[in-house]
Amino acid sequence: MSQADSGPQVVHRRRRGAELFLLVVALLVGLGAYAAVGLGMEGTIPADMLTYGGWLTVMVAACHVVVRFVAPWADPVLLPVVAALNGLGLAVIHRLDLTYGELGQKDDYAQQQLIWMTLGVVLFLATLLVLRDHRTLQRFTYTSGLLAILLLLLPLMPVIGTEINGARIWINVAGFSFQPGEIAKVLLVVAFAGYLVLHRDALALAGKRLLFVDLPRGRDLGPILGMWLISLGILVFQRDLGSSLLFFGLFLVMLYVATERPGWLVVGGTLFAAGAFAGYQAFGHVRQRFDLWLDPFEYYGEGTNDLGRQSVETQFGMGWGGLIGRGFGNGRPELIPYANSDFIFAAIGEELGLTAVMALLVCYGLIVERGLRTAVTCRDGFGKLVATGLAITFALQVFVVVGGVTGLIPLTGLTTPFLSYGGSSLVANWVIAALLLRISDQARRPLPSMLGTEPDPAPDAEETQVVKL
Amino acid sequence: MNRPIRTLAVFCLLLFGALMVNATVIQYVDAGELNANPSNRRVVDATFSRERGDILVGREPIARSVPSDDEFEYQREYLAPFRYAHVSGYFSYFSQTGIERTQNSVLSGDDSRLFVTRLVDMVSNSEPVGGSVELTLDDGAQTAAYEGLEALGPSTQGSVVAIEPSTGKVLAMVSSPSFDTNRFADHDFGRLNDTFEELDAREDEPLLNRAIQTTLPPGSTFKIVTAAAALEQGIATAADDPVPGGPSYQLPLTDISVENGGRDCGSGDIPFTQAMEQSCNTTFLALADQIGVEDMQEQAEKFGFNSEYLEDLPLQAESRYPGTLDEPQTALSGIGQSDVAATPLQMAMVAAGIANDGVVMKPYLVDEVRSPDLDVLDRTDPSELSEATSPETAEVITQMMVNTVSVGTATPAAIPGIDVAGKTGTAESAPGRPPYAWFVSFAPAEDPQVAVAVLVEAPGGQQEIAGGTLGGPISRAVTEAVIDQ
Repeated sequence: MSQADSGPQVVHRRRRGAELFLLVVALLVGLGAYAAVGLGMEGTIPADMLTYGGWLTVMVAACHVVVRFVAPWADPVLLPVVAALNGLGLAVIHRLDLTYGELGQKDDYAQQQLIWMTLGVVLFLATLLVLRDHRTLQRFTYTSGLLAILLLLLPLMPVIGTEINGARIWINVAGFSFQPGEIAKVLLVVAFAGYLVLHRDALALAGKRLLFVDLPRGRDLGPILGMWLISLGILVFQRDLGSSLLFFGLFLVMLYVATERPGWLVVGGTLFAAGAFAGYQAFGHVRQRFDLWLDPFEYYGEGTNDLGRQSVETQFGMGWGGLIGRGFGNGRPELIPYANSDFIFAAIGEELGLTAVMALLVCYGLIVERGLRTAVTCRDGFGKLVATGLAITFALQVFVVVGGVTGLIPLTGLTTPFLSYGGSSLVANWVIAALLLRISDQARRPLPSMLGTEPDPAPDAEETQVVKL
Repeated sequence: MNRPIRTLAVFCLLLFGALMVNATVIQYVDAGELNANPSNRRVVDATFSRERGDILVGREPIARSVPSDDEFEYQREYLAPFRYAHVSGYFSYFSQTGIERTQNSVLSGDDSRLFVTRLVDMVSNSEPVGGSVELTLDDGAQTAAYEGLEALGPSTQGSVVAIEPSTGKVLAMVSSPSFDTNRFADHDFGRLNDTFEELDAREDEPLLNRAIQTTLPPGSTFKIVTAAAALEQGIATAADDPVPGGPSYQLPLTDISVENGGRDCGSGDIPFTQAMEQSCNTTFLALADQIGVEDMQEQAEKFGFNSEYLEDLPLQAESRYPGTLDEPQTALSGIGQSDVAATPLQMAMVAAGIANDGVVMKPYLVDEVRSPDLDVLDRTDPSELSEATSPETAEVITQMMVNTVSVGTATPAAIPGIDVAGKTGTAESAPGRPPYAWFVSFAPAEDPQVAVAVLVEAPGGQQEIAGGTLGGPISRAVTEAVIDQ
C-alpha cells in the first residue's frame, strides 16, 4: 500500500493528553464499581480500597508512561477502553466472590484475576518495549503458525491436557491451568497475515467467474481447506465450538481483506455451513447446543435434564435487571452457572441493567472500530492484515459470546474479553491491545519526510482526519 | 485492502447492532413476560421475602409478616392459625390459598391501588411493603362458630357460615377439621412439603374449606326454598293457609312412600305453619310436585343455586338444582333430597335472603383495602345479588320459621327474649353413610342482624345426628355473639 492510494496525507496528533484524561475516567469506572460493590454488598467502602485502587492506578500509569515513550503516536482511545473494561470486570468478579463466599464456595477469583491482570499488563509493556516495529513479526510467519498448531494440540496431550465441561481446551502445568488456544489466536493472526501478504496476488488474480462471483483457483484452495480441517479438528477433538468458529471466521476474513475477493467469503461460508450441518448431524453435543438455543425453557426445571438452566437464568436475570439494573448486591447473579466467566455479561445485565450492557457493547465496538481504523491508516500490508485480524478476532469473540449468552445464536464457550474471569484470555487480550497500539503508532506516525514540515500544533485547529469511504 | 476493511467495519456494526437489539428485547420488551414466569426464582423469592401486608379482623391482625433472620427477609405469621385457616388461607413458598391468594396483589404491594405507595418506595429506595386487607368477619362470631364445632369432638367434620343479611358481609366462616396455617409459612421447604403431603392425604380433608367447597343435599332446610316457591306461585298466601298434609306421601309414578318420622302432620290439609314447624315431608313433597321442576329451579336460582357469587375466595363450588329432574325427583327436591346439593354458604344466603325481605345480597369477605400507612384505599359496597321473593313472602316464611324455633323442631336454637327464625335439616346421602345435620337461622326476626347456616357431616363423638340438636346450639352461640355487641 503506497500512500498514494490512501488519499490525502493526514498528519495525526499524538493526543497523549487525551489518553491520560480518558485513563483517569477509566480508573474512575473501575474503582467506582469496586466501591459500589462494597457499598451494595456490605454497606461500606471495601477496606482494601486504597491498596486496590493504588495498584490499579500504578498499572494504568505504567502503561501510559511506557506508551508515551515508546509509542507516542499510538491510538489514544484503545488503552482507556481496555482499562475501563478490565476494571469493571474485576469489580463484578469481586462482587460474585462475595456471594460465592457466603455460599461456602471458592471465592478468590478476583484476587487471581488481579494477578493475571498484572501479568497481562507486564506482557503488554514488554510487547511495546521489545517490539519496536510490528513488521519484525513478519519474519516469524511460519514459526508462529507452527507454534499456534502446537499450542492447539497441547490440550490433546496426555497428562497435561484436561477436559473441563466437555471441552478439551485446557492444559494443566504445575497447578496452573491455561487455555493455549487464547495465545494461539494471536499467533494465528500473525501467521495468516504473513502468509497472505506474500500470496495475496496469486490468490487474488487467478480464478474464474461464476454467477457474478469470482471463484478462486482450485490449487489456491489448499490453505483454506487446511484451515477448515483444523477448525473441524478443534470442533471434533476438543469439542470447542466457539474457538472453531472464531479461527475459521478469522482466516476467512483475512483472506477476503488480502485478496479483496468476496468469492472467498462465498467459498468459506459454504464450507462453514457444510461443516456446521455435518457437525449437527454427527455430534450429539452440537445438536444439543442447537436444540437448547431454539427453546431453552424446554430444558429447564424439574423433570428435564436442566441443561437450559444457564440460558433461562440469564434471561430471567437480565429481564429482572431491566433498564437500570438491580444495583450491586441486589441481584441474584449466582443463580447463573459460570456467572463470573462465560456468563459475566448476564451478571452485568442483571445488576447494572440494559444501560451498562449498551455501554459495554459500545466500548467493545470502539475497540473494534479503533482496530479497523488502524488497519485502514496503516501503511504496510502486513500491518493492515494483523490489525484487521486482531480487530475481527475481537469482534467475532464478543459477538459469539455475548450473542450466545443472550440467546441470539447457539451458545458456545468463549470468554468475554477483559471482563470474564480467566487468565489466558486476559493475558492474550492485553497482548492484542499492545499489538494494536504498536501498529497504530506506526500508522499514525508522520512519515520521516514530513516530520520536518510538521505544522505548528495550533491549539484550536484540530485536524480533520480524512478517511476515504 | 481498504475497501474490504470498510466493508468489514459495516459488517461489525451490524453484528453489534444485532447484539444491542437482542439485549433490548430481553431487558425491556420481554422483561415483563420473563418476570411473570412462575419458575422465575428471582421474582418468586423477592415476593416471598417482601414485607407482606396484614390480614385484619376488627382492626386486629390475624396474619402478619415479621422480620426473619434466614435467607428470606420476612416470615409470615398467623395469630389464630386454626380458627381462620380456611378464610385467611396460607402463604407458602409454593402456593397460596384463601385471602392470601385472592388478595395477593394488595398484600404483596403490587396492586395498582398502591401505586402511590410504590412510587414513594421507589424514590426513597426502600423495599416495597404490602397493603393490608380488613375482613368482614366478626371475631366473636368466628370464635363461637369454631368452638361450637370443636365442642362436638376433635375430628368433627362440619362448617358454619354467618352472614349479615342487609349487606352480605360474611361474619363467620369456619370449616372443621382445621389446620395450622403457620406450618405452611415454613421456610424449611422439605418440612413444608411433608406438611402438605400429610394433610393432603388425610381422609377428613382438613385443607378443604367445607363452607364453600362441599356441596351436600340440604335436606329439610331446603323446605324454605320450597315454601318460598309455593308462596310466590300463590299456592298459599299466609301462614295459616291450608296445604296438603297427612302421615305419608306416595311419590308420583312410583310405589315409594315417604313419611314424617313420627311428627304430627295431621291428615288432609293442615295449616302451612304447622307443616313448617313439624318439617312435614308429605307437605313439601306435594308442594314441590305441584310447583314443578321449572319454577322450583327458578326459585332456587334466585337464591344463588347454579351460580358462583363469592369473589373473595378461590375454588368455590356451585350449589346445584338441576333442571332435568323427573316428577318423583322433583317431588323429592322439595325436601332437599334427590340431586339438590348446597354449600353451607348457600344455605346461609337462603336464610339471609328471607331475613332481608326477600333480597339476597352478594356475599363478600373483604371489607376494606388499606395502604401500609392504614389509609383506606378501597371499601366494598354491598350489592344486591337478586330478589328471591317478595317482601310479603319473606314475612310469611319468617313467621313460620319463628314458630319452628318457638314450638317446632328447632327449639335448641331459641334465645330468651329474642325472636329467632330457624329451620332444621337432616339429609340422607349415600346409603351406609351417616346423614348430615343442617341448621339455618336468622335473628332477631323483626330486625335480622345475622343469618347462620351450620352443617355437621360427621360429629366427632357418638351423637345422634339431628339438625336441631347438633346445629341449634352452635347457631345460637354465633347469633348471640353478633347480637350481644
